[in-house]
Amino acid sequence: MSADTLQKQAGPSERNGAVRAASRFFAENGALGGLVILVVALSLMSGSFLTVTNLLNVGVQAAVTAILAFGVTFVITTAGIDLSVGAVAALSAVVCAWSATSEGLPWPLALVVALGVGILCGLVNGALITYGKLPPFIATLAMQGVARGLALVISQGSPIALPNSISHLGDTISSYLPVPVIVMVAMGLVTAFVLARTYSGRAMYAIGGNEEAARLSGIKVTRQKLITYALAGGFAAVAGIVLASRLASATPEAASGYELDAIAAVVIGGASLSGGKGTAFGTFVGALILAMLRNGLNLLSVSSFWQQVVIGVVIALAVLLDTLRRRSTN
Amino acid sequence: MTETSEARGEILRVNGLRKTFPGVVALDGVDFDLRPGEVHVLLGENGAGKSTLIKMLSGAYQPDDGRIMVDDRETSIRSAQDAQRLGIATIYQEFNLVPQLTVAENLFLGRPPKRFGLVDKRRMTADARELLDRVGVDADPGQQIGTLGIARMQMVEIAKALSLDARVLIMDEPTAVLTTTEVEKLFAIVRQLRDQGVSIVFITHHLEEIPQIGDRVTVLRDGKSVAEVPADTPQEELVRLMVGRSIEQQYPRERSSQGPPLLEVRGLTRRGVFENVSFEVHAGEVVGIAGLVGAGRTEVARAIFGADGYDQGNVLVEGARLRGGDVHAAMEAGLGLVPEDRKGQGLVLGADVQENLGLVTLGRASHGGLVDRAGQRKRAAGIAERLNVRMSGLRQEVRTLSGGNQQKVVIGKWLLADAKVLILDEPTRGIDVGAKVEIYQLVNSLTASGHAVLMISSDLPEVLGMSDRVLVMARGRLAGELDAAEATQDSVMALAVAGVESGTAHDTVGGSNVR
Ligand SMILES: Nc1ncnc2c1ncn2[C@@H]1O[C@H](COP(=O)(O)OP(=O)(O)OP(=O)(O)O)[C@@H](O)[C@H]1O
Ligand SMILES: [Mg+2]
Repeated sequence: MSADTLQKQAGPSERNGAVRAASRFFAENGALGGLVILVVALSLMSGSFLTVTNLLNVGVQAAVTAILAFGVTFVITTAGIDLSVGAVAALSAVVCAWSATSEGLPWPLALVVALGVGILCGLVNGALITYGKLPPFIATLAMQGVARGLALVISQGSPIALPNSISHLGDTISSYLPVPVIVMVAMGLVTAFVLARTYSGRAMYAIGGNEEAARLSGIKVTRQKLITYALAGGFAAVAGIVLASRLASATPEAASGYELDAIAAVVIGGASLSGGKGTAFGTFVGALILAMLRNGLNLLSVSSFWQQVVIGVVIALAVLLDTLRRRSTN
Repeated sequence: MTETSEARGEILRVNGLRKTFPGVVALDGVDFDLRPGEVHVLLGENGAGKSTLIKMLSGAYQPDDGRIMVDDRETSIRSAQDAQRLGIATIYQEFNLVPQLTVAENLFLGRPPKRFGLVDKRRMTADARELLDRVGVDADPGQQIGTLGIARMQMVEIAKALSLDARVLIMDEPTAVLTTTEVEKLFAIVRQLRDQGVSIVFITHHLEEIPQIGDRVTVLRDGKSVAEVPADTPQEELVRLMVGRSIEQQYPRERSSQGPPLLEVRGLTRRGVFENVSFEVHAGEVVGIAGLVGAGRTEVARAIFGADGYDQGNVLVEGARLRGGDVHAAMEAGLGLVPEDRKGQGLVLGADVQENLGLVTLGRASHGGLVDRAGQRKRAAGIAERLNVRMSGLRQEVRTLSGGNQQKVVIGKWLLADAKVLILDEPTRGIDVGAKVEIYQLVNSLTASGHAVLMISSDLPEVLGMSDRVLVMARGRLAGELDAAEATQDSVMALAVAGVESGTAHDTVGGSNVR
């Protein structure tokens, strides 16, 4: 659901708008039901699941995936895909640490530079896809290699320590408010706002739903796609910095494979890979489901090999349920 | 409701059919029967439930309640395979074609001729050509279907259904985009089938077709079958049964005073497609473009709007040259285009009504990147009411609207855009008689306020009834230009089929006003 389906329709003619909005909310948020079931099941199976410490832990674990996934939501909404976000996150973090330590940049500037690197990577993706007419899969796969490689080159293959001022981003304020969770929520709100309220957000849905119709309606498809991939790159940079600050150092190999988790979160959250559907809230729920599943399986001491199997099955189930539901309503 | 004699042999009968969708009762007790060798017309306003009814006969939907009898036996039709087994073939309103595949592959989708377990390409091509010839459509079996244009896609759909050798052939608005020539070919085929004993269910919004082709008419209103009358029932009576009131004037064109030229097209050429097309459209004018399918009308319209490029020539809006191939520039200059293919080019099917209606005005309604959502909603609600879009609310997904109501959304979003020159390509495709009049009124108010309309339509009465001037295209060229006073069915058709022998349009237009 986008924020706007939550909003009640004004006007007296829409009396049952609230009821409809509510039923629509649940119809469109199968993932939320899944999350509730997961929470109940895990708290029954493990006594240590439903504790404040553990839930905060889940939140922190979810944060990086969720922030990456918010960025990927934009892309998937336009019927694209971005496989480079994990690598771009690592590159941005490495650039941040390197410029703050080796180059002695003041830390706010280092953050800005890191963000710029992420956005730039996204713009390159967008340019390859629009002007270069490369399929998004290929363009972003190439970017994945390039970004990861650059991260290794800059860091010369080893982690770079973050200056203290930046690694505070990984802290927990007054022992109940982890900064990564705050950043996650803030980025989620930004995503919801962009998707629901801005020209670019609405254009993303139109482009993903029917690119030709969007073009013939005067939407500048090329420009909007550039913006979309730039946003994904920018969000990846934020995710990279959050991840690095938790570990107090930027690792060139960090976040590898995270792009798949991000895509999974978006899809579990109800977005369609064929475009035109996708919401910040859904993605948030998707990321929480993944994090809780990992956390719960750890608490239940399931081996990490089996964890991969379970998570794979859950992703398949989520998408399967979704297609079944869509087919039955059509 | 229906007063048929039970005695007569019936091939198909439905009783008390009901079907609801979330928030909508689509069918609310429909009775209908079909005899061997008859053409039974289904008539009703947009959203009355015609397509829903036939989808339950073709196995696409299951009824919530009611009975379907085939050969006097109660049957449930659960799938397309069931329908095929019962000998029911269906041509859907929204085509069932795979745009990336070739014509031949589409014709034999799922049942290609095989040889040694492999697809027999040669036979498939030969069989396809035979089918295409049968319906008389000029298309190459090896051509990708997405490149055909709407009318020829429709003819391919018809050919595909014919190849099934059905006892019952259901046709949902097959003539909506066909010109007189194709309609005549189609009718000849239908009559031939009828004489062979095939029963045909025929849906159309073109009332004049009913006495030509039909035997009986069942009228649906708000999901109920309200009458069953013979096909020679007067049109006014049919309209009254269908919409519950009579329609004064089908083409209420009010001519406005003409102003300076708003749109000038000079020597527009795309090699192999259209050549040296020149004309002007003045403020306050409705200019119609007539021609046969494949004459290049849509291609010219798309080139003017910048949807496609062109090789030579100029497009000027209010005297200023327009950059070719740039939709955004064309819109900034004041052009608009309602495309012929609503599913492929007009609508975001997965988005809701409000979103679709607001798509063209999205840029204008945004300030500093933020969309004025209240304004967008208000405008969408206004135009939806004006065009009488039948929906459960502005939040209904456009995919689930009836065909005619989808078309209203495509037009509606452009009416909101307030374009100086609005190009309409098959604007009333699938729209019922009542809503058409509303659209014509809106065209009138556009021209009255000094805007201009360029209208392409395969519906000749509509072109004649609404245009101040008619351009006729044939084989990629402008074959002539007729004033409203001298444009008649015959004069237009004469130009359309004569083609262009001499290369310049003017010679063939005996005595008509030429630029
Ligand atoms: N899948 C669906 N979900 C929700 N509503 C639907 C669905 N399919 C049809 N409807 C609704 O059912 C009603 C009847 O639709 P139907 O397509 O049968 O109309 P129709 O008579 O064929 O109209 P038209 O002349 O415009 O083609 C419409 O109000 C439509 O919005
Ligand atoms: Mg219909």
